[in-house]
Amino acid sequence: MGFQAVSVNYWAVMPILIVFGGALLGVLVEAFAARSVRHSIQLSISVVALVAALVVLVMKSRHDQGTTLGGAVVIDGPALFQMGSVLVLGLLSVMLMAEKFSSAGADAFTPMGAAVPGSDLERTATNAGWGTGEVFPLALFSIAGMMIFPAANDLLTMFVALEVVSLPLYILTGLARRKRLLSQEAALKYFLLGSFSSAFFLFGSALIYGYAGSIHFGEVSQAISAGQTQFDGLLLPGIVFVLVGLLFKVGAVPFHAWTPDVYQGAPSAVTGFMAACTKLAAFGAILRLVYVGIEANRLDWRLGVMAVAALTMVVGSVLSVAQTDMKRLLAYSSIAHAGFILTGVLAFDKAGVSGVMFYALAYGLATIAAFGIIAMVRQADDGAEATSVRQWDGLGKSHPVVAGIFALLLLTFAGIPLTSGFTAKFAAFAPAVATGGKGGVLLVIIGVLCSAITAYVYVKLIVRMYFEEGKGDVVAWTPSVVATIALAAAVIASIGLGVMPGPVLDLAGQASQFIR
Amino acid sequence: MSSLALQVAQAAAAESGPVTLPGWLLVALPLAGAVLLLLGGRKTDSFGPGLATGLSWASFGLGVVALIQTLGAAADARFTHQVLWNWIPAGSFQLNAGVLMDPLSLSFVMLITFVGSLIHVYSLGYMSQDPDKRRFFAYLNLFIAAMLTLVLADSYVLLFVGWEGVGLASYLLIGFWYKNPTYATAANKAFIVNRVGDMGLSLAIAALFATFGAVDFATVNAGAEHASTTALTIIGLLLLVAACGKSAQFPLQSWLGDAMAGPTPVSALIHAATMVTAGVYLVVRSHHIFEGAPNAQLAVAIVGAITLTYGAIVGCAKDDIKKALAASTMSQIGYMMLAAGLGPVGYAFAIFHLITHGFFKAGMFLGAGSVMHGMNDQVDMRRFGDLAKYMKITWITFGLGWLAILGVPPFSGFWSKDKIIEAAFIGEGWRPWVFGTTALVGAGVTAFYMSRLFFMTFHGKARWTDEPKQHPHESPLTMTVPMMILAVGSAALGLILGPTNIFTTWLEPVTGHHEHGEPVLPIPILMIATLALVAAGAFLAWIRYGAADVPTTAPAGNALTRAARQDLYQDDFNEWVLRRPGAALTESVEWTDHHGVDGAFEGLATLTRESADRLRTIQNGFARSYALTMLAGVVAIFGALWVIN
Repeated sequence: MGFQAVSVNYWAVMPILIVFGGALLGVLVEAFAARSVRHSIQLSISVVALVAALVVLVMKSRHDQGTTLGGAVVIDGPALFQMGSVLVLGLLSVMLMAEKFSSAGADAFTPMGAAVPGSDLERTATNAGWGTGEVFPLALFSIAGMMIFPAANDLLTMFVALEVVSLPLYILTGLARRKRLLSQEAALKYFLLGSFSSAFFLFGSALIYGYAGSIHFGEVSQAISAGQTQFDGLLLPGIVFVLVGLLFKVGAVPFHAWTPDVYQGAPSAVTGFMAACTKLAAFGAILRLVYVGIEANRLDWRLGVMAVAALTMVVGSVLSVAQTDMKRLLAYSSIAHAGFILTGVLAFDKAGVSGVMFYALAYGLATIAAFGIIAMVRQADDGAEATSVRQWDGLGKSHPVVAGIFALLLLTFAGIPLTSGFTAKFAAFAPAVATGGKGGVLLVIIGVLCSAITAYVYVKLIVRMYFEEGKGDVVAWTPSVVATIALAAAVIASIGLGVMPGPVLDLAGQASQFIR
Repeated sequence: MSSLALQVAQAAAAESGPVTLPGWLLVALPLAGAVLLLLGGRKTDSFGPGLATGLSWASFGLGVVALIQTLGAAADARFTHQVLWNWIPAGSFQLNAGVLMDPLSLSFVMLITFVGSLIHVYSLGYMSQDPDKRRFFAYLNLFIAAMLTLVLADSYVLLFVGWEGVGLASYLLIGFWYKNPTYATAANKAFIVNRVGDMGLSLAIAALFATFGAVDFATVNAGAEHASTTALTIIGLLLLVAACGKSAQFPLQSWLGDAMAGPTPVSALIHAATMVTAGVYLVVRSHHIFEGAPNAQLAVAIVGAITLTYGAIVGCAKDDIKKALAASTMSQIGYMMLAAGLGPVGYAFAIFHLITHGFFKAGMFLGAGSVMHGMNDQVDMRRFGDLAKYMKITWITFGLGWLAILGVPPFSGFWSKDKIIEAAFIGEGWRPWVFGTTALVGAGVTAFYMSRLFFMTFHGKARWTDEPKQHPHESPLTMTVPMMILAVGSAALGLILGPTNIFTTWLEPVTGHHEHGEPVLPIPILMIATLALVAAGAFLAWIRYGAADVPTTAPAGNALTRAARQDLYQDDFNEWVLRRPGAALTESVEWTDHHGVDGAFEGLATLTRESADRLRTIQNGFARSYALTMLAGVVAIFGALWVIN
């Protein structure tokens, strides 16, 4: 048996290759370019790579749909839509990560990741005006992984994508400039729990392989349909384990515990990136796994995922009530949102696919903007982020524009009509009611009730900003042009998806057909 | 583009009738005036009032042209329908906004613009010292525009726009001196009572839509023949509710007396001559519906009869000159409603009386304004007396209006009111006797209270206050000239239009031709009885208020007098039967909401918060317990799935 080279449709996977290429180039820049110009070169490479990938995706890859790389990767409607979404959200995130304010390098990141917090080395690095340019290639690697994630057509590719997504994120989480101990603790926790979940995924893959004799989703699906009985007992545990690995990534309860700690510890721009892009890509993977691979015996496992969805919505929204830290609050909010999206997944219908994709995109835009704003609001004395909700009192008076935009984003999270949040919830809930059966209806009822709880949380924040007296110890730093563009784009796109969701909804609708 | 072209084409096709000038201009001119004066602010202070007056006259001029053009056509071709634009395109339901100019609406256009313009002129003098003069004229123009919209509308929905517009203008003008809390309250009262009527109209429109699938006059009128009596009765009664609100008919009449808080020109224009007659217009305009619903028609007549008596009784006891006139207005509109409720026999007379009443009542209100002008805004008739010597023009013009409302031949009221009395005696069974007698006796009571008002004001001994010291004097020409013109109308209009049958023939294309039935009593007997009662009423008033001394403070009076002074306890009735139970209901609902609904809700919120506080302890920061949570979750899911499968 000789080695046989697989055929590659290069145009189809070109966007992924471009992002990988940008990342590798970034590594070289970090090694060889002078410190003074690294930041701008890195930013340029990232932006150019992401924009180029997006252009190629729209111009070429769109017309080269099909399986490629020996069936390991499939470029179809959902994959393309989510790759595009990841590129857009990733671009916005990278532009926000590059924010320098008055620092020499990116403001959010420590000048020297290897230095012990509080050590002389760290101080020296700060005084020397060093910067951590490696965040850009790291982000690009992660984005490339996120692009493969929803396009992965077999369990092994999906696992590799999962790791490519995760490993750079572990590092990025630990690179915060301020509150470094918290940041490093978060990174370690994320790494440990992430490894734990990866192990579940890998073990589940092995079990499914044992059952179906293949790791390709299509063949797994055929095996289930054919009713293979020899290793019948392996299937359900395999499915559950694989799902656990993916549900961990979206922060579904009870696999959510890392979310608040990591969201709080990571630099805000990274948090926004994680919340938006990781979630989107992971839901892409879940859609692929569920709709292509294991739909045939969904009656066996559906109840488990429904329980997870219900629990996720309830725990996420209820716990967000008790939060006193802005980032933790948004973390729980993101958990609740994961539950809402899962409800759409459980519609088992094309409309569910488009609803989930739309939701993830709309939520991502609002989230990136929200964390972008959080990164701007600082304590006046030491310049650390003012993340305690109490510090946001009276922001409406002192910083009307910042508070106004943030209030708008909060209303979007709450799903007030005419915001993208409302359209998204409708797009995800409607198919669940239509085709999700009694369970779907029940989940939607829970979802609507939990929306009411989260709305309370968001509106209370707005009340704080506008109707409480501030102490005047908080200031909003003025962002650079690049970050302003990113923020404005995210906010405008978010508004646009609320006021005129038609075009994007249509696009998601057209892109909801999987190639099996 | 194409749809616009289509609309224009449709509009051109729908253009028909003798009137060639664009009817919307009638509305647009005063509306432009209102907008300009309201938005222009102080810059328009200098020329604003004059401009508003000019625009009102311009509207009148256009009305005259439309009238002449219409008169030039054959009687059955005197309809002009101009479609303006496709107003409400809602799928299968299409509604155009259009102008309808037929004899009925043109009669109103003439009344509104002519009397309205005269009152604009009068106001130039009356309001000359008021710092907010510009705002006043803006509202007056707004009123003219809204009232013209009401009568020129070609559908119930557009009529409703005008209906609400006049309500708004009325509210703004009653509360014109809003810094006086009583006046502001009076404005609110008028507005709120009118809400009841407006609800009737909007429900009527909904019922029309449900019955006919359309709300334009043409379709409704054509379809009325084939509609069920029940549907028509419901629509008719709802329209009656609307008419009762706007025209201050029983039981929604309580606001009119308080509405006299507005400046006197407003009382003359809105609360005597035009707006309050909109209810009569609505009933006559909808006569196809009422003809298919005899019970609703009977209800109209009954309401009219009750109100004419009610107003007459209240009028006898009021000492405030404007409130006495307001009671009289109520009573006279009662006559019109009664006529409109009599069916085809009465429509033309209802509108005829409406027009003549518009003249003489407006004239008398302006006269009352002139008296107040000369008496430091005194309104208590017990502090008037002997003013005839000092205000000759006012006395004569008022006197002509007084003779007209009494129905003394040959003045206007004789031709219009006596016809209504006659018509009320036509019919079979109990109705002619009840309605006829009510109308007849009402005429006598009217003669009494109007003569009382006239004698107390202009004759007898002077009973003026010393503080402030009164120096009665005649008003300036800007005020007296409109009074004179209206007085001429009071005197002659009836004579010109009545015996010649010009007016009834003119309205025939709208109201339909109707052969006169014979009254249950011979006409000469009715006429003599009416005149005898009028003479008796006037004579009685002379004895008590002309020849005898009038006490400056009101005597205690008998129970009926005391009741009449209190508007027959209508406000108390409303307070005890409607407002208090309503308030109690509101309060109980509020209590339930606060303690029941909110309680449950807040309980849930507390539960949520407490569970949040309890749950968050699980988030203890240790990676090992997080991992344990995950594992426990996996085990739980497995357990559940195994149990189920």
